[in-house]
Amino acid sequence: MRYHTPESFEDASAIAAGAEGVTRYLAGGTDILVQMRSDIVTPDDLIDIKHIVGVKEIARSDDGGWRIGAAVAGAELGEHDGVGADWPGVVEAMELVGSTQVQGRATLTGNLCNASPAADSVPAMIAAGATVSVTGPDGPRKIAVEDVPTGPGQISLVRGEVVTAVNLPARGPGGGDAYLRFTPRTEMDIAVVGCGISLTRDGDTITSARVALGAVAPTALLVEAAAAALVGGTLDDGALDALAAAAEAACNPIDDKRGTIRFRTHVAGVLARRVAKIAYDRAGGAK
Amino acid sequence: MSKIHVTTTVNGDATEFLCDPRETLLDVLRDRLSLTGAKEGCGTGDCGACSVTVDGRLISSCLMLAAEAEGKEIGTVEGIATGEELHPLQRKFIEHAALQCGVCTPGILVAVKNLLERDPDPTEQQVRYWLAGNLCRCTGYDKIIRAVMDAAAEMRGAA
Ligand SMILES: Cc1cc2nc3c(=O)[nH]c(=O)nc-3n(C[C@H](O)[C@H](O)[C@H](O)COP(=O)(O)OP(=O)(O)OC[C@H]3O[C@@H](n4cnc5c(N)ncnc54)[C@H](O)[C@@H]3O)c2cc1C
Ligand code: FES
Ligand code: FES
Repeated sequence: MRYHTPESFEDASAIAAGAEGVTRYLAGGTDILVQMRSDIVTPDDLIDIKHIVGVKEIARSDDGGWRIGAAVAGAELGEHDGVGADWPGVVEAMELVGSTQVQGRATLTGNLCNASPAADSVPAMIAAGATVSVTGPDGPRKIAVEDVPTGPGQISLVRGEVVTAVNLPARGPGGGDAYLRFTPRTEMDIAVVGCGISLTRDGDTITSARVALGAVAPTALLVEAAAAALVGGTLDDGALDALAAAAEAACNPIDDKRGTIRFRTHVAGVLARRVAKIAYDRAGGAK
Repeated sequence: MSKIHVTTTVNGDATEFLCDPRETLLDVLRDRLSLTGAKEGCGTGDCGACSVTVDGRLISSCLMLAAEAEGKEIGTVEGIATGEELHPLQRKFIEHAALQCGVCTPGILVAVKNLLERDPDPTEQQVRYWLAGNLCRCTGYDKIIRAVMDAAAEMRGAA
């Protein structure tokens, strides 16, 4: 295995584009090192992105959103007051990833690009309307987070493309987001279902919403019908029922030891209701 | 396979080593630097027995390549005592019998020392969450928590 430490994303991209065998990027390593250890993946080229200037930075973007460098660890994101004030749902989702030790290294970018259907931060980022900035052989582009994973372990980036940062949009007034997952244990477990919701309010009325589900399909899902159930209403019981029904209808989960199809589908509806209430309260100014 | 030359600081001492690209920081600490405090319980990030700090951040050394340590400051359990004098956490772990086989202990000491540096007065719940990634097969955890709370109280008093 060749271990590379490029100092720019252009160089990282060029190494990946020119590599012939198995290539992986190294952000926090909490997925890739486990996969190397278990011989699931044996990279010929491993490209450590942490020597690139700015990869550990969290900065306000020109549009009033946030730009989170590709190597910012969960613990660093959690300690940043600004992002947590605007996007508490994204931060709480990332903070659910692993233990304190894992938080010291794991990144949003790695969580997304590893493309586990159960990745916790992904539904929260989709709900937030996050994008990733990518550098590649054909120049830079931005991709919506929901368009990155294409199946378990598969992403839409082409050879030579590398994520440089995660972009969260400006929160704007009257906005709130939240993420919850169901796990049998409180800590150190993989989501059986995850749900992220972001919405905006004008007074009591919901003016826009995005609902995303994790671990109920081969990739995290943006569920437009579930969002439509919320918009225009005040989160009354009818809206919550319609939200839960739309969330359940979107589910296409696997049956395994951690949850049956029926259980996962039911829990998706339950979580959607709970998450919508938290996001709604936060949008109304609750902490 | 060509070796990588790494310059780093371990427990305050400037340290250099050569490693293979695939070697983890845990492998190098134990096999090349003879610092066998950090243990390999699982090798996959689940048990915390390999916990060390890197630039003050708690991590699992089995999930970091040794090559990534270039220019970093590493802290291991060997750096916790001052010469022959045990750290209050180490003393309290002995007093409270917070260890049996001891495999989890170095990782737990490194982890709670890092917590107390951030927050000298954590609640029991905070300590339990902080240690969620440190598994112990022997003690049932309660003695560990009591030892940590007692050490924290003593350290606050002494400060
Ligand atoms: C004990 C333990 C518990 C865990 N618990 C959870 C959990 O509760 N929830 C959860 O969702 N996950 C969990 N994980 C999985 C893992 O920690 C997360 O997926 C983490 O966010 C991965 O980020 P990383 O930076 O460590 O990724 P890495 O391992 O560095 O990379 C992961 C993948 O992303 C790719 N990649 C990295 N950077 C880039 C880039 N810049 N551009 C393109 N591709 C890139 C790599 O090629 C690789 O395929 C756990 C892992 C462990 C070991
Ligand atoms: S050996 Fe590193 S976490 Fe278990
Ligand atoms: S004392 Fe044996 S594992 Fe903790």
